[in-house]
Parts: sequence; structure tokens; C-alpha cells
Amino acid sequence: MAEPARAKPKPTPETQHFWDGTKAGELRLQRCDACANVYFPPRPFCPSCASRKVSVFKASGKATLYSYVINHRPAAPGFTPPYAIAVVELDEGPRMMSNIIDCPQTPEALELDMKLEVAFEKLDDKITLPLFRPAKG
Amino acid sequence: MRRNQVAVVGAAETTELGVIPNMSQIQLHADAALNAIADAGLKLSDIDGFATAVETPQQMAHYLGITPTWVDGTSVGGCSFMLHVRHAAAAIEAGLCKTVLITHAESGKSMIGKLPRSTAPDSLNGQFEAPFGVYGPPSMFPIPVLRFMKTHGITHEQLAMVAVMQREWAAKNPRATMKDPITVADVLNSRMIAYPFRLLQCCLVTDGGGALILTSADRARDFPRKPVYILGTGESVETPMVSQMKTFDSSRAFKVAGPLAFKEAGITHGDVDHLMIYDAFAHLPLYGLGDLGFMPYEETGKFIADGHTRPGGKLPLNTNGGGLSYMHSGMYGMYALQESVRQMRGIAPAQVPNAKISVCHGVGGMFAASGTIIFTNER
Repeated sequence: MAEPARAKPKPTPETQHFWDGTKAGELRLQRCDACANVYFPPRPFCPSCASRKVSVFKASGKATLYSYVINHRPAAPGFTPPYAIAVVELDEGPRMMSNIIDCPQTPEALELDMKLEVAFEKLDDKITLPLFRPAKG
Repeated sequence: MRRNQVAVVGAAETTELGVIPNMSQIQLHADAALNAIADAGLKLSDIDGFATAVETPQQMAHYLGITPTWVDGTSVGGCSFMLHVRHAAAAIEAGLCKTVLITHAESGKSMIGKLPRSTAPDSLNGQFEAPFGVYGPPSMFPIPVLRFMKTHGITHEQLAMVAVMQREWAAKNPRATMKDPITVADVLNSRMIAYPFRLLQCCLVTDGGGALILTSADRARDFPRKPVYILGTGESVETPMVSQMKTFDSSRAFKVAGPLAFKEAGITHGDVDHLMIYDAFAHLPLYGLGDLGFMPYEETGKFIADGHTRPGGKLPLNTNGGGLSYMHSGMYGMYALQESVRQMRGIAPAQVPNAKISVCHGVGGMFAASGTIIFTNER
């Protein structure tokens, strides 16, 4: 029997560029052309000033660890507990939920404000998830 | 909204609380509604306004056999009932209806006649949170707490004390699910659920319900129970995605709803005799104490650990035992409201002597929404 898979996102017209980006190995954010606000999750207008003039750009992929839990139970399908569910703060400002890979899933290893970098995990031909790992160097 | 123009004249919970395997979710609603109707000395046909959450107003109106002229199906999570009280008070004042019934019930443990919660894969939560392993409230609600602890200098022991203090209140309450005393060591040695939270820092999962009946303060004098007046109200929403809160150092929805209610009530924090802060998890009372302006966030953990919220303390908090020890069917806000009403009537199992003002603060979703109701028993 196949292992139960993790929940898979289904893009909408407003978020397609983000998922196209992760598939291409890019973390794409949006910036308002009117007020320069950088925001996430994707939408075709600025949630700060309501301008519809917004641009998609490639983010640096650099982030810091803002907060997390280490989930023991119940575990989501496709996950082996304990596993950390993290919120990372991107260098460009927005925060996003993710997982921290290449790192023990322990309070000792997961220090708040530690430097992270994006890593891409391909789920299938359509969806690649943005995950984060401790920054090198 | 004007102060003390609307009153609670009926309040009751389901006949049983805890594990109720012989009742579906809509019947739990009806059980609570019929108990509240009896408490108010009314007939169902007297009800011309109706509000509920999760179950639709049409579902419950049909089941109860009522045809209201005002309905509210606001469903923003566990604080929906605080919002219903606020909306109902406005509706009564505006003359849209005279007698409002608000019901909540959830077959949270037995799951009879209850749809499981699901997240659509093309929703924002489905795209940007679910793929990272969130799975139910214990994996989501505590996500902000490590940041809150670091910013404000809160300790694991202080967060354990929240559960210890509430158990002291629960021990006085015959209807509480968990009554045996616990220690900080018990909390910190209980099973890990989602670090940093352990079992005893997470709410119970039970079945039950509650209902309230509101009418104008002028009519309220003619009812059998002591009227409990609506002194102040507030509400707000922030985001359905916990990851997208503006900051984890506080809750924006709390910081809007709470102060709005205080301003409307025209009271200061020193006037508060009794306080309920919806405690789905142990960090919520700390957010509530800070966001509602009772004290700086840095002092919240110490305040609870020092015993100021326990029985006999200067700020009695979650006096039914809270979601951690009393009961938690999934949307606990109704039970917090019920306890505030009992305290204002003077009939609570752990009654705060001479309490005249009660603040009841609720959360919906994972800091997604908030509602605050301030009650008084003096007009």
C-alpha cells in the first residue's frame, strides 16, 4: 500500500506564478509598483494600498526562523513525527509557513532567528514546495 | 452601542457535558436551546431572532420549529457567539427583533451528525499551510508561542502554571471534566503534543452545547432570572492563516476587539471583577492579558504564576476551569459566556463574591477572529 501523501496545493489563477516559480527553482514574491510593499500570499493587488499595479520578482531565498512547533501528534499524512512546522521570515519582509530540512527536529537545533535558505522539494510534475534549511556559511 | 440597553434573560448549557454518545450535534443545539427557553420562562414561539454558527440558522430554525425575523449565521470559529451577542444587541436596539436565541453545540468528541473539518487544496490555507504538515489546532495554534516567549521573556514553567491555576478553579466545579489537582511537574511531564505544548496545556475534546436568550433591558425586568446587562462589546478578524498574523508578539484581532469593548463600557481594568479569556491552549490567557491592556506582556506569565488569577486572587480568571479543564467541544466561546452570566447572576459553582463586572474574551480559529463582551449585573 502506498504511503499516504502530504497535502498537495492546487494553484489558482492568482497563485499560479508562485507555483510556476518554485517549479523553476525560484521563490517568487510580489511588490507593489505604487507603494513598494512586498507581500505574500499572492494576489493581483496590493493589500497595503489597493493598487492593482504589482510586479512579480525573484526573492533572495534568504530567511530567518521566526517561530515553530515540533509536532508529535496527531501527525499529518505524509509526515513522520516529530517534525517541525515553521514560520520563516524572508529577507524581503513577508513570512511564510514551511518545514526546516537538513536539521535535527529538536528545540536545541532549531534556534529562533537562525539563518535559513530556501530549498525546493519536488512533489510531482506540477508542484514543488519551498522548504528551508540552515544557511551555509 | 449604548450601554446596558440589552440583557441576557436566559442562559443554559446542555443537560450533560463531556461524552454524549446518544445525541447528534443538532439535538445538542436543541437540548441547550430548550434548557435556555425554560430558564427564561419563555416558549420557543416567543423567539423572533436567531443566531448560530457552523450549523446554519436555517438548519436549526427548521429543527427547532421557529421562523425568526432576524438571523445571524456569523461563523468565525469559537468566538462566533461573542459576535452573535454583539450583533443581537444591535438588532434589538434597532428594533429588528425583540427576543434573540443564540445556540452553540458540537459533537466534538463523539462526532455524531458533525462534518469533519477539511481544507480545500486550492484555498490559501490549502496551498500555503496544509502542505507543511499542519493537522488540526494543536499543530497550528501554538506556532506563535515560542516567538511570544522570546520577545516577552515568558518561561515554560509560567505557561505550565496556566493549566495548574485553571485546574484549581475546575476542582470547585462539579460539571468540570477534569477536577484532580495538578502540579507544574505534572504539566511538564505530560505527553508532548506539539512542542512546546504538552497534553495538559491543550484543551479538552468533549461534546456539549449552550444557549443564550437576549432581550431589551426594559423587558428584562419581567423575567424570572436576574438580568445580566451588556455593558460593552467588540469584535474583529485578522487572518485564517496563523502564519500570516501581523506579529506573533500579540494578536491584532484581540487588540481591536478588547479595547473597543472597554471603551464602549466606559470602564478601566481596575473595574473588572471577573475575567474569562478563551483558553484553547495555555498561551491564550497571556495574549489576552496583554492585548486587552491588563498589563505589559512581560508581566503576564509572572502574574499568573504568582497566583493572582487563582481562587482568591485579585483577578479571577477562567473560573469554570476553562477549555483546559472544564470542557471544550471545539467552539468554546459559548461556555465562557455561560460562566460570565453565571458569575453575574451570582450562581457560579466557584462564585466570585460581589462580582459586578465580567469581561468575556473569545478567540476564533487560530487567532483568526476575536470577540469581547463585557457584562454587568447593575444597570
